[in-house]
Amino acid sequence: MKPANFEYVRPASLEEALVELAKDPDESKVLAGGQSLVPMMNFRLARPERLIDINRIPLLEGVESVGDRVVIRARTRHLALQNLSMSTPLGSLLRTGAAHVGHLPIRTRGTFGGSIAHCDAASEWCLVAGLLDAEMTVRSQARGTRTIPASDFFWSIFTTAMEPDEILTEVSLPALDDSYRTGIAEFARRAGDFAIVAATGAVQVVDGVVRDARVCLGGVSEVPFRSAAAEQVLLGQEWSPRLLRDAAEAAADEVDPPSDSHGDGEYRRDLVRALLPRALAGAVR
Amino acid sequence: MIGARALRLEDPVLLRGAGRYAADTYHAGELHMRVVRSPVAHGRVRAVDVADALRLDGVVAAWTYDDVADLPAIGFRLTPREELLPYRQPVLARGVVRYVGEPVAVVFATSAYLAEDAAERVVVEIDQLPAHIDPDADPVAWVDAEQATWAAGLGTPLPEQDSEATRFVTEYGDVEAAFATGAGRIIELDAVIGRHTGVPMECRGLVAHYVEADQELVIDGAAKVPFWNRDAIADVTGLAPSQVVVRETHVGGGFGPRGELYPEDVLVALAAMRLRAPVKWIEDRQEHLLATNHSRGQHHRLRALVEEDGFIRALDATFTLDQGAYVRTHGATVGSLTSSMLPGPYVIPNFRVEAHVRLTHKTPHGTYRSPGRYEGTFARERLVDKIAAELGLGREQVRRRNFIAVEDMPYERPIQAMGTSMVHDSGDYRLLLDKMSEGYDFPGIRAEVAARRAAGEAVGFGFGYFVEKSGIGPVEGARISVDTRGRVSVTCGASSVGQGVDTVLAQVAAETLGIPHDEIRVVRGRTDRFGYGRGAFATRLSVMAGSAVANAAAALRDKAVRVAAHELKVSVEELELADGAVRLVADPGRGLSLAEIARLLEPVCAVEIKEDPGLDADGWFRSDHMTYPYGLHAAVVRLDRGTGQTVVERYLVGYDVGRALNPTLVEGQIAGGVAQGLGGALYEEFLYADDGTPLCTTFMDYLIPTAHEVPPIEILITEDAPSPINPLGVKGAGEGGVTAVAAAIASAVDDALQRPGAITSVPIRPQAVHDLAARATGSRATG
Ligand SMILES: Cc1cc2nc3c(=O)[nH]c(=O)nc-3n(C[C@H](O)[C@H](O)[C@H](O)COP(=O)(O)OP(=O)(O)OC[C@H]3O[C@@H](n4cnc5c(N)ncnc54)[C@H](O)[C@@H]3O)c2cc1C
Repeated sequence: MKPANFEYVRPASLEEALVELAKDPDESKVLAGGQSLVPMMNFRLARPERLIDINRIPLLEGVESVGDRVVIRARTRHLALQNLSMSTPLGSLLRTGAAHVGHLPIRTRGTFGGSIAHCDAASEWCLVAGLLDAEMTVRSQARGTRTIPASDFFWSIFTTAMEPDEILTEVSLPALDDSYRTGIAEFARRAGDFAIVAATGAVQVVDGVVRDARVCLGGVSEVPFRSAAAEQVLLGQEWSPRLLRDAAEAAADEVDPPSDSHGDGEYRRDLVRALLPRALAGAVR
Repeated sequence: MIGARALRLEDPVLLRGAGRYAADTYHAGELHMRVVRSPVAHGRVRAVDVADALRLDGVVAAWTYDDVADLPAIGFRLTPREELLPYRQPVLARGVVRYVGEPVAVVFATSAYLAEDAAERVVVEIDQLPAHIDPDADPVAWVDAEQATWAAGLGTPLPEQDSEATRFVTEYGDVEAAFATGAGRIIELDAVIGRHTGVPMECRGLVAHYVEADQELVIDGAAKVPFWNRDAIADVTGLAPSQVVVRETHVGGGFGPRGELYPEDVLVALAAMRLRAPVKWIEDRQEHLLATNHSRGQHHRLRALVEEDGFIRALDATFTLDQGAYVRTHGATVGSLTSSMLPGPYVIPNFRVEAHVRLTHKTPHGTYRSPGRYEGTFARERLVDKIAAELGLGREQVRRRNFIAVEDMPYERPIQAMGTSMVHDSGDYRLLLDKMSEGYDFPGIRAEVAARRAAGEAVGFGFGYFVEKSGIGPVEGARISVDTRGRVSVTCGASSVGQGVDTVLAQVAAETLGIPHDEIRVVRGRTDRFGYGRGAFATRLSVMAGSAVANAAAALRDKAVRVAAHELKVSVEELELADGAVRLVADPGRGLSLAEIARLLEPVCAVEIKEDPGLDADGWFRSDHMTYPYGLHAAVVRLDRGTGQTVVERYLVGYDVGRALNPTLVEGQIAGGVAQGLGGALYEEFLYADDGTPLCTTFMDYLIPTAHEVPPIEILITEDAPSPINPLGVKGAGEGGVTAVAAAIASAVDDALQRPGAITSVPIRPQAVHDLAARATGSRATG
């Protein structure tokens, strides 16, 4: 569990980092919090020849409201999101999401952007990005800046639309107004483990009727799974506990989850049935 | 001092970060060893090529089997049944690999990183063979005649052997006749305990250094059985045992697996001799989960003949033990202990158990904290719960009906345990159940969970009763010395795996010498400081080393009083030892300090008063029997019907240790044990794919409970049954925190599901609970 040999560079600016990355993109890796990359290097499952450490680059950290969007810069630590003082439905989603990520030491190092770039289907931040149709801003020396919507970004496990010479700089999310309610519920065998199944929801309820509904599930497919079926069930209906169960039922029917040592596909379906109502029940306080 | 909540002597060093663990040992010019391990569970080794590894700068040596072909297989330390010899493990794979992780080659390099690079370059060609991974399946051919003959090392040819390494019966009474009467009810039960093991925070590690100037091989890093390991290493290196110095470092947990002699230990010691350089091996976590002993992994089938009032007239049992690919140092210990401890606290007049120890293509198996008892207690207590349910009796009631009565103590069970005849030395099993039931208000807990269940929650209360064993002999010794400044030290052969043995031994000495325990220095765990020690296992040291120290302290007191009487010209009867001085009982102002007495015993003076020089004394303690502490675990659990998660809300332990030398340390042992027990009950299991590939080789897949999963543990320590067989009255406290966790949790989960007997295997997986809960409500559970 010692990594193979690698070269380490620690650029002081984003421009410099992009230049370094462009030298040998296929054999280089960006190092953010290191909470996923370093274990993989220790197991020698990842063996980059060069590490470009982005931890000293200014302006890559922080959360900012820009009009009706909220921008989270890539290197924002999980812990900063857990401590976020944003009294909106989005703020509440980010705080509870962060609290589910690993343990305190992991949250002090691991980053929002690192989670998105790493693309683990059970990651809270990939779920949130999928749920809210986040827009990922990436930059390369060769092609400059481009913005990729979540629906195009997550390709499969550990694989995204990013090119090896690109750095994720920020993620933009809609600033949900107070008519929205958000929630997240997940099941892991121990506190701090990656969820076996996680469910998130954001619903807009006006006069007791659902006007907008977003449901996203983790642990049921290779990428965050937007449940069109559950959203369909919810939309335009009167909010009730019964409706939540119907939505969960629809989501459970729609997914085709994998089996592994933590549970088979049928069990994961049942977890969707159990968890989605909990996520959405939180969604309407 | 005995019985005081004295602070641990070990802690100041550890808390300041001044501890020295295996990896902290550093020698200039040290080489790092890396083991190349088999990637397949079973196969014939066609070729191992180290040439490419050797080409790497900084790689000093690389060995394959041919380089160690003269080494014998690893020997048995305990329970060495002869029929197991053909299954011993070679230091490097000998033509055939039998589990993923088996050492096939080894490289030595100037850094740990380089060593790992080099290990990657060793080319191992293996023709894969089918893996046999189900110990319940019929035995298959295992080792051919050549391998069997070589591994046994008896010098006589053996035929090929199958995968059932041994089958042995432990019995008393007449089970067949009892069942033949046709009277009573037959209740059967299947109980499965998953394969898991002790995972100390510190993985294994060993550093060996041949000091040419002293002609000594110094070995640091393994704590547990240093004297046995010293002798084994002397044998393979050809040195005299007195030239091999094994020194324990601090240790991040032992629990049974860590500290035994493994192939890696032999390789480190041998390399230090052959390469004439310090050699260091620090196991990483993935290796640990692949290569260090696994444990548990038993399937029990019990059949009881029961009378209407719940009395168990006869118990007929068999079990299979998944031994993995080889039989290591523990021989048949786990199977043997499972057998003899299976009846637990109950009379059971007719008893038979048949043990089947079976090889599979998995990591080899050995002991883990409460070996055989964790497994057997789960099976037996599940059975007793089932008896209660089937007969419509209370779970406590059935246990009371079967307890060995206090009037019958000491109670001899006509079987052997760890090579000693089994005599429950003392115990009042009923009284402990009463104290727990009253002290923690079991009826109140029951009423509360019933009320919550009525309100829709899935909560339950359950418990398990057990008998432990501790204090195995045969002998342990200690020397207490007082220097001319009056400083006291205890030197002995005891080992520390972090349990606080220094503190307890100091307390025992302090009790007699009348000085604070933290003024005493304890020196142990070094084979060059004391000549003998059997090690830290089987919860034996408080009993054995504690009693030896008590005897040494008494001898030292006698010598001090004798010398003082001579000097003060009074009779010994007029003197007493108190506060570190010998004084006149009638005139405490007159006396001699221990320092003064020590000065009177300096070699030139000692001759004049016809005493041996030095204020020191040896004490030994010998025992042919074990002591039997006993206890009860109880749990309140809440199930999440939607996810199947089991949340342990409360955990209660009652434990009678005869005499608690230091209650804080007893509580610490219990709390740590419960945490590990919860691992086995709810989280930990080594799973394998059909081809023998291990699926749990990191902490992502091998789940040990964290602080979040372990509730506060409520502990009642009792001293109602002091042991009559040692001067302190003490029984060991090291393992009883683990023993009944699986039993108690399973019982509580049954209760929460309101389905007696539902849980027949551990770890209890969320999916299983979820499925049971869904079946119980007849529909898919939600919410
Ligand atoms: C014990 C443990 C438990 C955990 N539990 C959870 C959990 O419950 N939920 C969860 O979501 N996560 C969990 N994690 C993972 C953790 O959240 C990581 O922090 C996260 O997955 C990766 O973020 P990082 O900043 O550490 O990225 P790194 O490990 O530094 O990098 C991860 C990958 O992303 C790439 N990368 C990182 N930043 C950028 C960037 N700005 N641009 C381009 N590429 C980039 C890297 O090159 C690398 O390939 C856990 C980790 C551990 C060790």
